[in-house]
Amino acid sequence: MSVASRCLWRSIGTFAKHARPSRLVSSNNNARNFSVSSRVSALDDHFFPGTKCRYTQKLEVLEPDQKDPIPVYRVMDNKGNVIDADEDPQFDKETCLKMYRCMTLLNTMDRILYESQRQGRISFYMTNYGEEGTQIGSAAALDPNDLIFAQYRESGVLMWRGFTLDNFMDQCYGNVSDVGKGRQMPVHYGSTDFHFVTISSPLATQLPQAAGAAYAFKRAQNGQVVMCYFGDGAASEGDFHGALNFAATLECPVIFFCRNNGYAISTPTHDQYRGDGIASRGAGYGIATIRVDGNDVMAVYNVTKVARQISLAQSRPVLVEAMTYRIGHHSTSDDSSAYRTDSEVSYWVKEDHPIGRLGFYMMNRGWWTEQDEKNWKNESRKQVLEAFSRAEKKLKPNPELMFTDVYDEMTPELKKQLSSMKEHVQLYKENYPLGNFESMDK
Amino acid sequence: MGSARIPGQLLFHANKLLFGRNAWGTAASTCLVAKKSSTLAYQPDISPAEFGETTRMNLFQSLTSAMDIVLQDDPTSVVFGEDVAFGGVFRCTVGLKEKYGKDRVFNTPLSEQGIVGFGIGIAVAGATAVAEIQFADYIFPAFDQLVNEAAKYRYRSGDLFNVGKLTIRSPCGAVGHGGLYHSQMPESFFVHAPGLKVVIPRGPIQAKGLLLSCIRDQNPCIFLEPKILYRSAVEEVPVGDYVLPLGKAEVIMEGSDVTLLGWGTQVHVLRQVADLAHDKLNISCELIDLRTILPWDSATVIESVKKTGRLLVSHEAPITGGFGAEIASTIQEECFLHLEAPVQRVCGYDTPFPHVYEAFYLPDKWRCFEALKKMINY
Ligand SMILES: Cc1ncc(C[n+]2csc(CCOP(=O)(O)OP(=O)(O)O)c2C)c(N)n1
Ligand SMILES: [Mg+2]
Repeated sequence: MSVASRCLWRSIGTFAKHARPSRLVSSNNNARNFSVSSRVSALDDHFFPGTKCRYTQKLEVLEPDQKDPIPVYRVMDNKGNVIDADEDPQFDKETCLKMYRCMTLLNTMDRILYESQRQGRISFYMTNYGEEGTQIGSAAALDPNDLIFAQYRESGVLMWRGFTLDNFMDQCYGNVSDVGKGRQMPVHYGSTDFHFVTISSPLATQLPQAAGAAYAFKRAQNGQVVMCYFGDGAASEGDFHGALNFAATLECPVIFFCRNNGYAISTPTHDQYRGDGIASRGAGYGIATIRVDGNDVMAVYNVTKVARQISLAQSRPVLVEAMTYRIGHHSTSDDSSAYRTDSEVSYWVKEDHPIGRLGFYMMNRGWWTEQDEKNWKNESRKQVLEAFSRAEKKLKPNPELMFTDVYDEMTPELKKQLSSMKEHVQLYKENYPLGNFESMDK
Repeated sequence: MGSARIPGQLLFHANKLLFGRNAWGTAASTCLVAKKSSTLAYQPDISPAEFGETTRMNLFQSLTSAMDIVLQDDPTSVVFGEDVAFGGVFRCTVGLKEKYGKDRVFNTPLSEQGIVGFGIGIAVAGATAVAEIQFADYIFPAFDQLVNEAAKYRYRSGDLFNVGKLTIRSPCGAVGHGGLYHSQMPESFFVHAPGLKVVIPRGPIQAKGLLLSCIRDQNPCIFLEPKILYRSAVEEVPVGDYVLPLGKAEVIMEGSDVTLLGWGTQVHVLRQVADLAHDKLNISCELIDLRTILPWDSATVIESVKKTGRLLVSHEAPITGGFGAEIASTIQEECFLHLEAPVQRVCGYDTPFPHVYEAFYLPDKWRCFEALKKMINY
């Protein structure tokens, strides 16, 4: 079938339904003109299903860079000066201090746990260096009861909510006090007290789950939203796309919060996507979107507040893209000098650091001095080290916990396996690290 | 403001160690494999003389060598996956992008279904695809592409199309502290997909020859690499091109009383069990490395069990529905009258792979030894 006859056939179909024959017939000596006139006459008040698009006579190729990149909202400049006073969230001194202390405590904890892994005292660790503003700013803007689905680099969010240093350390050690019962690698935190769903390593799986939870919240009318964090790399997974589309079509009160820190392990964002970041995808799914400077804790706070309001009041998803930088290595298994330069990293350390920016702001106001900084550094370090040695001294849990929680109740087969494990370990005691574990039931 | 110093930064961030090149003297993945290797007794294989000149390589280097040969010989071949361009998180592709260019050795976006689907497309177009899934634990987003697409391409098209030029490599297995998602052995999920081949090497010489076979085999192959062996397994590996047969088990120790059957890391555990059995019980074990899980070499195993009358099969994956069950079933059917004791399976328990309980979870040499003792005294 030629293009011309295809157009003719389609137009006639339309024509039969919405008879406006005169112009159609009069201009049909050339296929192009024919279809053009049919567009103008028959269809200008009628759209293809699910669209509201107008017709055009101009064959235009839509280039992805035709529009300017989505701007990055910020409140403070790099030196902590508020650029537009109207945008200042006007935190009181207490709130500012709490944010600053949380960001720096997180940083101190990271440094000590990172080093402890290098010394072989815990098996693995991931730092949050450079993303403290993204984490604390967003956490502070949520209601404490909003449910959080996170990726793994959001420890500050949990710390803001009240997860203690002991809680963190216990999980990293997988000791008797770990609420996760020692089953997961370090940094896979979870807490029902703080409405934080336990971290899972497979990337992006939490995104459609967050949409589902938000749907249930909407039906329950509980006044809460769901917050879902993920990385620029995770956003390439199929689950990301499914999740945004579900949340949009099912009108779920969920915030999809992307921490765009420039890398997924060694992979720079240029190898990850070619659009305008993650934010540009929002419109494609019909989702309200904001891009924010993730190193500006106040901007992140303002944006998350607004996202939450929209999401809750209008029961729909909001996509937030926080632009930041992963200053640390991906994890203790990574050496980032293999794929980026020291000077690239040191720009973000020296020139645009979220802790530095808030610190400047507070100093400008006389709320924080170098002496305060020194005292707090010592104090926070002491707190972290104390929690660390408490966690290190604790035993690992009873090995029987390996078999519980596979199901709500242990199956007969699992019971058999448990007792044969116990019998075996009893028989070969000297070959198992029983001294590090709580003793098994008799 | 009182000071030109940047608050927070000097005190909290000037972590020189963090940014110094190789400050910690480690490369990616070192710590993921360092710990357990001390307890893993690796006994190197000896390369047959006909494979020619050798050089010292660990397992990841022997894989690099295999891919190097393919990229050299086959101009259509490409190597790709997450973080592959800089050498991969386990260093298996180091230097290949520099040598063959970024259109042949490249990073993909972070999507396993994308990686496998893309690889299938390359293979359908007649080119050679060697794709890496960063951890076998993360292969499941690609399950549909592997099980419904790759496995069935030839069959459903009446052999009009096939994806024989597709090979998926992926690190697998326990390392001592990988927890739920950096430890799994997923082989039995894939043996239920006729059309796929599933191969697991036990060391560097095997890895290179088997990977070259997988890449050249005209069927889609999943090549699972026990990641604890990447650095700890070192051998004199032939530098040139050679292949080892797929679908063929290898008897690596002959014996008369019990057949021990495993694959990957577990072969080395079973070797220790054979030594224990010899020293403590004066029992002679025949040790077999299955190497290819699908299609599996039942003939070699049957022949061995007819001789020894006993079979112990061991794998890290959970016992229920594990490949040991398939083997046990075939052996009781084929060797019933030869058996002196029921086939024993010593495997992971039926739980997710647990972090701090790993020492209790794994089918270690003591659990295997105890099962062997029971078989002897049956
Ligand atoms: C499904 C899946 N594939 C691969 C991995 C391995 N992996 C862990 S983190 C990571 C990079 C994630 O990058 P991003 O989402 O940008 O988060 P960031 O680490 O930068 O915070 C990869 C590839 C995984 N955990 N899950
Ligand atoms: Mg990232």
